Amino acid sequence: MFSRSFASSFLRQAARPAARAPLSAFRTPVAPLTPFQIRLLSDTTRTAIDKAIASAPVVLFMKGTPETPQCGFSRAVIQILGIQGVSPEKFAAFNVLEDPELRAGIKEYSDWPTIPQLYVDKQFVGGCDILVSMHQNGDLQKLFEENKVLVEGEEGEKKE
Amino acid sequence: MSSTSATPLEDAIRAKLTAALSPITLEIYNDSHLHSHHKAMAGVTSKETHFRLVIISDSFAAKMQPARHRMIYALLRDEMAQEGGIHALQLRTLTPEEEKRQQKKKAAEAAAKEAAKEERSAAGKAEAEPTQA
Repeated sequence: MFSRSFASSFLRQAARPAARAPLSAFRTPVAPLTPFQIRLLSDTTRTAIDKAIASAPVVLFMKGTPETPQCGFSRAVIQILGIQGVSPEKFAAFNVLEDPELRAGIKEYSDWPTIPQLYVDKQFVGGCDILVSMHQNGDLQKLFEENKVLVEGEEGEKKE
Repeated sequence: MSSTSATPLEDAIRAKLTAALSPITLEIYNDSHLHSHHKAMAGVTSKETHFRLVIISDSFAAKMQPARHRMIYALLRDEMAQEGGIHALQLRTLTPEEEKRQQKKKAAEAAAKEAAKEERSAAGKAEAEPTQA
């Protein structure tokens, strides 16, 4: 019950970094990539992704926004981040559906063919299945605590 | 890949993973029907878009989960990249030892639950008499 209400307050705030985050390199409309081009990550795209990953301690590449995820796996990850108590100030989300270049580029960059993808302190952590299992076995909480990205003083719980 | 098979992608998954990983367990679940109404699936006629795999293999030993998932993604690169190919892939990748440990843990949890239940009903009968935990 609490996690639901907390998750929603987390989501409202988390949406902000995503909304103001579009990087200049991701604004240019691009022609659909051929399979061959997908393999070649341009320097511009790589630099833009570098910046995106460094934009917050916890960075999620997802389909849709934290408020309205467009995919069940992205939604599951958002819910987990809410339950864990990740601080909205330390979180940024990027909507790959807004940008074909980012969508293709992040897969190549991470050597990971699916979305969502989570980065913590610029390190790739995993996709939905990995985050669910890390959430269940306690590894995710440990990782978040070590990186000091949780809402302070309440061990992931937040009173309303 | 047989052109007559009704499940060419599932066949390819089974063939490739079996050859590369010699899995002790390979479960392939086709969840495509659960997702067919999604917006991303509009206009897609394939009945093989969403798969969930449980793979138990010694090949995963000493590898972190992301590395294990990358092994699978690499093996199925073509199936995931092709037009109308695999759209989503859920993975559960374990070594036989991890699987055994998980089974044990599950059994222990079930036993603990059962014991707690019995204790509660015993405590209820004894009318709030303190019981030793």
